[in-house]
Amino acid sequence: MLIAVILALAAGTYGFRVAGVLLRDRLDLPEWSRHLLPVGAAALLAALAATATLTEAGGFAGYARPAGVLVGLLLAWRRAPFVLIVVAAAGTTALLRLLGVA
Amino acid sequence: MRTAYRTGDARVLRDVAAIGAAMLAVGASFGAVAVAAGLPAWATLAMSVLVYAGGAQFMAVGLIAAGSPLAAVLAGLLLNARHLPFGLALGGAMGSRRRQRLLGSHLMTDEATAFALARPAGPGRRRAFWLAGVLLFLAWNAGTGLGVLAGGAVGDPAALGLDAAFPAGLAALLLPSLRDRETRGVALAGAGLAVLATPLLPAGLPVLLALAALVLPLLSRRRSTGGPGDPGAAPDDPGGGGSADGDGAGRVVRAGEVPC
Repeated sequence: MLIAVILALAAGTYGFRVAGVLLRDRLDLPEWSRHLLPVGAAALLAALAATATLTEAGGFAGYARPAGVLVGLLLAWRRAPFVLIVVAAAGTTALLRLLGVA
Repeated sequence: MRTAYRTGDARVLRDVAAIGAAMLAVGASFGAVAVAAGLPAWATLAMSVLVYAGGAQFMAVGLIAAGSPLAAVLAGLLLNARHLPFGLALGGAMGSRRRQRLLGSHLMTDEATAFALARPAGPGRRRAFWLAGVLLFLAWNAGTGLGVLAGGAVGDPAALGLDAAFPAGLAALLLPSLRDRETRGVALAGAGLAVLATPLLPAGLPVLLALAALVLPLLSRRRSTGGPGDPGAAPDDPGGGGSADGDGAGRVVRAGEVPC
């Protein structure tokens, strides 16, 4: 039973992944719509980042996490190195939690 | 030119390593959580190798432990449906050979997609995809293995603030492409829609809903070209050299541009 669940989830996930990659060549998209593909991907990534920042299990994620992400965003805005952005975001959130901010 | 490529690759490698370190830790937490929930070690490891999608794996373990295996599959698949549009956007970023695309598809994650699309289309994007794809796959699976071995000794990734590291990394990779006005409008509207819908819809759907924001450029295009019957709205001449086509191609490049 367990192995069937894992295999079904694996097959379906791979199906989604490979379908988009292989469809790209088969799909005869007009040029004006082709440029919307990276725009759509940007919208999905922005939505992932926003929901992962603000929400947890359908509710508000608390203040520590968005505060950390905000610090990361400000550093990204100032073109700080990527490693610093990631470490500062995690560090800010960790520090706030250490101080008792949820 | 070669040195420019190499320094670019070295930067991607360093950046991927930062996310890889976070993935190693969250992978360890997945391993520990899954084993604690009663999953055998082999199933936990197999899940990380075969499914390779963190959010869906955590969700599936919870639902399996709660005794609803069918829900585990359906909820996991709903969460992973976003990979289809990612694949459409990545297209040739994995390489032109069929073998590369079949293997590369399995390594596609949010982060690998973001790292690839943050570089202009071409060899640089391809190397970024494979660097991120392979390294993050190794980090996630090594982490899972460590978590299975260490069990309860694995700390809580939330105490390290790692839940802030992933969205901050994604946002940082996305930021340069938001300088394009159209991309910025769609991305911000999509993110807003997803956040508003999160309390109302099952996990996975809110993020997919962000694609609805693509109507914004379609509407403005229709307005500026004067309706669907206008020949400018469908420039599908095979030569691809028309002025409208040139405009579209320019936007593709801009959308994936890096600042430096």
